[in-house]
Amino acid sequence: MNILSLFGKRGQSASVAKNRLQILLAHERAADGSDAVLISNLREDILAVVAKRIAIDPDSVRLEMDRSGDVTTLGIDIELPPTARAS
Amino acid sequence: MSNATVVVVTSGKGGVGKTTSTAALASALAKEGYQVCAIDFDVGLRNLDLIMGAERRVVFDLVNVVRGEASIKQALVRDKKLNNLYLLPASQTRDKDALTEEGVASVISELRMYFDWIICDSPAGIERGATLAMRYADEAIIVSNPEVSSVRDCDRIIGLLDAKTKVAEDGGRMPKHLLITRYDTDRAKTGDMLATDDVVDILSVPLIGVVPESKDVLKASNVGLPVTLSDETSPASRAYTEATRRLLGENIPVTIPEEKKGFFGKIFKGRAA
Repeated sequence: MNILSLFGKRGQSASVAKNRLQILLAHERAADGSDAVLISNLREDILAVVAKRIAIDPDSVRLEMDRSGDVTTLGIDIELPPTARAS
Repeated sequence: MSNATVVVVTSGKGGVGKTTSTAALASALAKEGYQVCAIDFDVGLRNLDLIMGAERRVVFDLVNVVRGEASIKQALVRDKKLNNLYLLPASQTRDKDALTEEGVASVISELRMYFDWIICDSPAGIERGATLAMRYADEAIIVSNPEVSSVRDCDRIIGLLDAKTKVAEDGGRMPKHLLITRYDTDRAKTGDMLATDDVVDILSVPLIGVVPESKDVLKASNVGLPVTLSDETSPASRAYTEATRRLLGENIPVTIPEEKKGFFGKIFKGRAA
């Protein structure tokens, strides 16, 4: 360690780099990036359709795209509020 | 059946040290007494021959073999220092489309009969050359600099290793090792360079070695010797030797070899950062 660095300000650029990478890669890993956009759009559409009939919490909707081999599946998970009943 | 292990040295990004690492690791394995073959997959931009000091002895190349114009034994170039180390050079005049999947498969399976270790030097990028270099590998060494673009590209390559390789298609999981190169301990300590732990955290691949930034790497390539043969005491050389021992299955802690400095050198390091 350089003796001068004991008095100087510690650089922060590495932690900025790590942060940026973690956010970026989380998006890219969500299978290709184009899928991330698709999923986000689908999520909004589905939310709108369901919300017509049932009052749901937007945060209780989960979409997952899963790939295994040649098959891609789309999983939709919506947690309904306890009182939800189609009227 | 042979016990050969095929290792791909890959990174996505160019200039991070794939060829240097391929030459250094192949030589270190050969020094351990194994029969080793290094293959250059960078068709059109070959350089492994130059780094290994074999450029004047290349007659036939990988494309000749794939197209049946030469036998593997005709194309292999024996190292000038180690008689159990061979190079299969890439073609300089063709492009990467000259390689076919079947051709590469048959070259690799023949090499498996003659060698213990087959080290595939991948070209940069994610195109045909890179995917063929990793296609038949048993293990992968992912080379990254502690720098954002290099780490991002490695992440992309990891995705390909888990999708486009024979091992992955057969339902297996490619064993991966992370090799961090051009590391500067001082800059990492002061927070101006991603530290080894940061890169391991982000990529979730176990570390096989950390090669410090070292002047000896350029000196070695100047004279056409892998750094593990040119100067065994240099920090880079020691780092590659350590990584080789881990590749061979030894369970030793990862250290970051440093230049030996005198007392005053340690305190007043006039370093251009």
